[in-house]
Parts: sequence; structure tokens; C-alpha cells
Amino acid sequence: MSETEATTPAVEAPAPKVNPVLGDIDRIRKAIPDAILRVEEDAVREQYWLYLKPKALVPVLKLLRDDRNSDYPYLADLTCVDRPYEERRFTMIYNLYSLSRKQRLFLKVQLAENETVATASDVFVSADWAEREVYDLFGVRFDGHPDLRRIELPDDWDGHPLRKDYPIVGKRPVILLNDVRDAL
Amino acid sequence: MASTETLTLNMGPQHPSTHGVLRLVLELDGETVIKCVPHIGYLHTGMEKSMENEPYQQAITITDRMDYLSAMNNNLAYCLAVEKLLGLKLPPRANTIRILMSEIQRIASHLLWLGTHAMDIGAMSVFFYCFREREMILNFFEEIAGARLTPSYIRIGGVALDLPDTAEEKIAKFLGILPDRLDEYWALLDENPIWRERTVGIGVISAADCLRYGVTGPRLRATGVPMDLRKDHPYCGYENYTFDVQVGENSDVFDSYRVRMGEMRESLRLIEQCLETMPEGDFNADDPKIVLPPKERVFTDMEALIHHFILVTRGFPVPPGEAYASIESPKGELGFYVVSDGSEKPYRVRVRPPSFYNLQALPYIVQGEMVADTVAVIGSLDIVLGEIDR
Amino acid sequence: MGVTTVVNGKLGQQAGQQGFLLARLDDLVSQVRANSIWPLTFGLACCAIEMMAIGASRYDVARFGSEVFRASPRQADLMIVAGRVSQKMAPVLKQIYDQMPEPKWVIAMGACASTGNGIFNNYAIVQGVDEIVPVDVYIPGCPPRPESLIYGILQLQKKIKRKGRILDENSVAA
Repeated sequence: MSETEATTPAVEAPAPKVNPVLGDIDRIRKAIPDAILRVEEDAVREQYWLYLKPKALVPVLKLLRDDRNSDYPYLADLTCVDRPYEERRFTMIYNLYSLSRKQRLFLKVQLAENETVATASDVFVSADWAEREVYDLFGVRFDGHPDLRRIELPDDWDGHPLRKDYPIVGKRPVILLNDVRDAL
Repeated sequence: MASTETLTLNMGPQHPSTHGVLRLVLELDGETVIKCVPHIGYLHTGMEKSMENEPYQQAITITDRMDYLSAMNNNLAYCLAVEKLLGLKLPPRANTIRILMSEIQRIASHLLWLGTHAMDIGAMSVFFYCFREREMILNFFEEIAGARLTPSYIRIGGVALDLPDTAEEKIAKFLGILPDRLDEYWALLDENPIWRERTVGIGVISAADCLRYGVTGPRLRATGVPMDLRKDHPYCGYENYTFDVQVGENSDVFDSYRVRMGEMRESLRLIEQCLETMPEGDFNADDPKIVLPPKERVFTDMEALIHHFILVTRGFPVPPGEAYASIESPKGELGFYVVSDGSEKPYRVRVRPPSFYNLQALPYIVQGEMVADTVAVIGSLDIVLGEIDR
Repeated sequence: MGVTTVVNGKLGQQAGQQGFLLARLDDLVSQVRANSIWPLTFGLACCAIEMMAIGASRYDVARFGSEVFRASPRQADLMIVAGRVSQKMAPVLKQIYDQMPEPKWVIAMGACASTGNGIFNNYAIVQGVDEIVPVDVYIPGCPPRPESLIYGILQLQKKIKRKGRILDENSVAA
């Protein structure tokens, strides 16, 4: 609790809420000057997003995990949103949580179609399967991932279903009952 | 000692102890597990894609089928995320009913876990006892929502129906019976030497490793970390209730069993408090653009009829934005990340399934354990494949 | 036509008095098969929980001779496809079906196994398990109540008693 007070003074006052992740932003800016592209804040819902340069992702994750004042030991989730009409269509979202400060912080990295991003699984092991899932369903590649193969779908699957341009019913192979009867 | 050849054993996807269709490829040296590689995806249902194609309210039916052992909690987490985007404020009665339901569901989920976990380890009779009590809960769900497993009871803006008049009596009866029954399970297992032999000291994982792998829920609390989103980020007014977070010490299978047994008792306490403080009033938010009007008004009021028609055929638009809401489901942190583009259907729904991350730690936990203990460890993680594969 | 009628009729009384019974072997064997269907534990999704419930105390499918859930397909007669079948699971399901000895029957339990369920009409789910294996009984519901499953098993029993043949197994599936 003492750490909470140290990083976010005067949190108790209801009206103008101080951004509780300001400390984290300062620390990132100090250590890696041009890492943060943009900060998005939704004070009503207490959600904070930092847009990062893809190159800076892993150092920032490492910093947020290891810095005693930030203290984010746990990557709750990692996911992706596909916006095909944008130049950088994939938005990776990293969902960090600090147990001691009870604070959640979202990091975002935007990637173009064939752009890759370094794997977060070196910093947080929990990213391992989540990245495989993003690779499987979106086709985003992660540099340095220990075992990047499909996780949900069969290995020989064609395409990445959660992309917006993938039809919802997919390309379904139809097995007819008569074929099965013949095989029997 | 001379090294021997290792044996590769395929377990699943059709295997009675994998709680569904999990497939493990185990590399064994004698009886010891050297390496374990889980293969998932045998129940991949494309739910996230399907949800993008359903109106917000109708997508709730899909959440039911994710973690089918605690459908109410899934409904709740999704509704909270959408309500966060909408900025809805709920009346107190809706919140209390939601807590009541999610705690009853937690007991049902833990009962099923206890029954199957005990059966996996060889204690068959516990399974029958647990199902006996679970049937009472399912009966109750059927009465209030019309379905046993997949009620879709919690809706955006409140709940589907008000509690029937008989509900209080039924829950009170249940509250009278269950503590004794929990003692019964306790007596069957807790001092049982076979049970202890199979669980104490098995599947130990440290708190730091749990966080590294993203393990949450009872398995994390068994390591002594009191992380419980009901306490840390109270939703639906959990801050108004008194309950204790159950923690363990040794972080083994036995401790996770004890944590869950304790949680059932805490849930009973919460249910009791819900009944005592159940407020009168509306069970839905007062927003005709989101909540269906009462049926009587649809028959008599033109405006209500129009609202009803629009809500059913088109749904309601949700302001653009992104919101993440997470709750403490029986398995751990269950979160929904909902992205809206301002239309009537979600642009993207991401589920943060607790079982997915819990299972990810399995290879690490079972390394060096006996092959029979793998089953015990899977049981202690309390995985549901419907949620892992989605 | 079945054995029961024979036992209840004149021949049955004769059997009681004189210690012999006349019936078609087909009928006798079908009678035995129908009353001891051993299902395979093949739980996939939500329906599997209701399938477990019929084995537990309240519904107790042992009353109908089907309580012996076998984990190995080699020992099972009946595959209850309880839940949605994904494209990844389909080949596994087919293989397990092939491993079951004849005669064998399939119950498609629930909307997903029967038709793919309306809400899961997507890339990942096989739209009805009858695309892969022949199905004898379809049970509607999402998930069906345990009573529905028991009723489905009873329907299957009727079917076996009516159509069971020793030599021509294809007539069972048809």
C-alpha cells in the first residue's frame, strides 16, 4: 500500500483524479526516451493505454516488470484487434496488472500487415500460448518466439480466422455421409 | 545408474481424466514425467468470431457455453464489460441478484470440481454426493432462468427476470443443508490417508511462478497470494459484503483443495448476506433504449412495443471505445475485452480465459512428478476446455 | 414380435412349466444388447456435464443398463457425442468410432452434435456429427436435460430390439 501512495499521491480526492500510471509513464520516458508514441486515458472507466513503438516493447515490459515502483509482475492477457482499413491494421494489446498497486495498464503496439514484433514470452512466460493464439487466429508473427505454431486450429489450416476479411463460415470441408458409408 | 530409453505416451484427446478433450504428450522415464506438451484446440468453437456477428445482447448466449460450469459468471463478466462501455448504472436489486447468482454458481462449479477431482484420484463416492447437492442448485437455476447449465440469466442492464417469490425459501433451505454436506465431504477426504498421500506435496508451484505463467484463482491463492478481484476491484458492490479470501501455504494440490472448500463456505456467507440485504425495486436499469420493456407494457403501450421491436430485431448501438472488465470466476481472473465501433454488434470480443493460462503452467508443474500425479495436478488446476479453446 | 411377447404368451407359460423357451435368436440377442448398452465416455463440451449427471445419483441410468461408461472404445457399444465437434476433433472422433467393435450405435446429443447449433455456424465447428459418422438418435436441446438423454437411450433400445440382427449388421445402421 505504501507504494501506491508513493506513486499516486492524493488518490482519495474524488473530483479531479490523478492518473495513477503517470509514474510509470515518467519512468519509461526517462529510461527509453522515444518509446511512448501516445497516451490514451479514460479516467471515468479507469483505463489507461500506452501506444508504444514496436521496437521498444520488450524493454518497456522488462522495465515495468522489474522496476520496484512500477511492479507489474503479471501479464494478464495479450490479444490483437484487426482493423484492415487502417495502415497499421493489427493492434496488439498487452494487459498488465500490478498486484501491489492494484493497477491495470494496457500497452498497445500497432503493426502493419507483414510487420513482426519481438516476443514477450522472454519477459512473461504467460505470453507464450497467447502469442501462439494470436499467430494462429490473426497471423501476426513474433520474433524469437520459442515455439510459434498453431495452437487452436489444425496445423494444416488455411488462413487466419479472426481477421476481419475471413468469412465467418470459413472454407468448410464437407464430408458426405455416403462417403463414410463407403469407407466402412 | 544407466540411462534408459524414454517412453512417449499420448494422453487424450479422448481420456476420462483430462476434463474434456485435452491432449497431453508425455515423455516418461519409467513413471516420471520428463516433459509434458499439452495440445489444445480440440474444442475450438470460434466463439470470438461468432460474437462479432451477434448483437450485444444475443452474444450472451455464447458466453454461457464458454465455461459451462459457471455460466452465470461468464454472463456477468461480459455484461460488465459492455455496461462499462455504455456507462450504465444498475439499480441495487440487480447488483444483489447478480452477486447471489454468481456465488451460487461458484458453489456449483466447485462442487463439480470436487466430485470429478476426487473421482480422478479414485474416491468415487464423493462424485455422487457432490452431484446430489449440485442438482439442488441446478433446479434452482431452472426455476429462475429456465435452463440448468446455460441460463443466460444475467443480461446487459440487469437480469432477465425478477427472482420468483419462492426463491428466498429455496435458497434458505439450501443454506440449511449445504454446511452439513460440506462437513461430510470434509470428513470423507480431509483426513483420508489415501487422499493425503495423493495430494499433499504434489504439484508444488511457487507464487512467483504462478504469476509468471499467469495462473490465477484458487491455484494462486493456494500459494498464499491473496489476490481476489472481488476484494481488489469490487464489482456489483462486493465491497459491501464481508467475506474472507482463502489462502493456502504449501501451494500443492491439497492446498488448492482446501482453498476451494473454504471458498464454498465463504460463498455461503455471501449468499446469506445477499438474502438479508436484498433490496426492493427494479431489477433492470432504467434505460428503455437498452433494456427490454416489461411484457405487460408491450401489450398496452405503443412506445414500449416499438422499443421491444427495435431491441429484438436490431439491438442497441454501443458508443465506440474499448473496455476491459474482469471478475473472479471460480477458475480465476475471467476478463472480457470488448471493442466497439459504434454499431449494434461488437467489433471484437477478447476473452481472457483463466483456464487457458492455468493450463499453460501444467508442463512446468508436472515436470519430475509421477505420471499418475499429472491427473491430480490437472484436477487441481480446474480447467474447462470449453473456455480454453473457445 | 420380440422376446417379451413370447414370454408373456403361451410359449412363456410353457417355458415356466417345462423349462424351455422358443424365440428367434435375433430377438434374444437384440434383447440382451438393448438392455446392456455400454456408452463410451466421450464428453466434448457442455452436454458432457449432463451426460455425467445421468450417471450420478439423481438420474441413475443404471436403471436402464447403461451405467457402465467405458473409457476405451474397444469396450463400448454406444458413442454419445456430447457437445460440439470442432474441425480439429472430427478426425479423432472418426477414428474412435472406427475403433469401436460392431454392433455400434451413435447418439448425437444436443443441438451442436445434431446440427451444429445456430450460434456456432462458423469456421470451426462441424455442422452436425452426421457429416462424419452415422447417427441413430438425435436429441434436441442446448444442452438437453438428463431426462432427454435417458429418453434418447430408451429410443435407441427400442430401435435395437426392433431391428437387431446377428448376421446382417448393416440393417442396424440403416
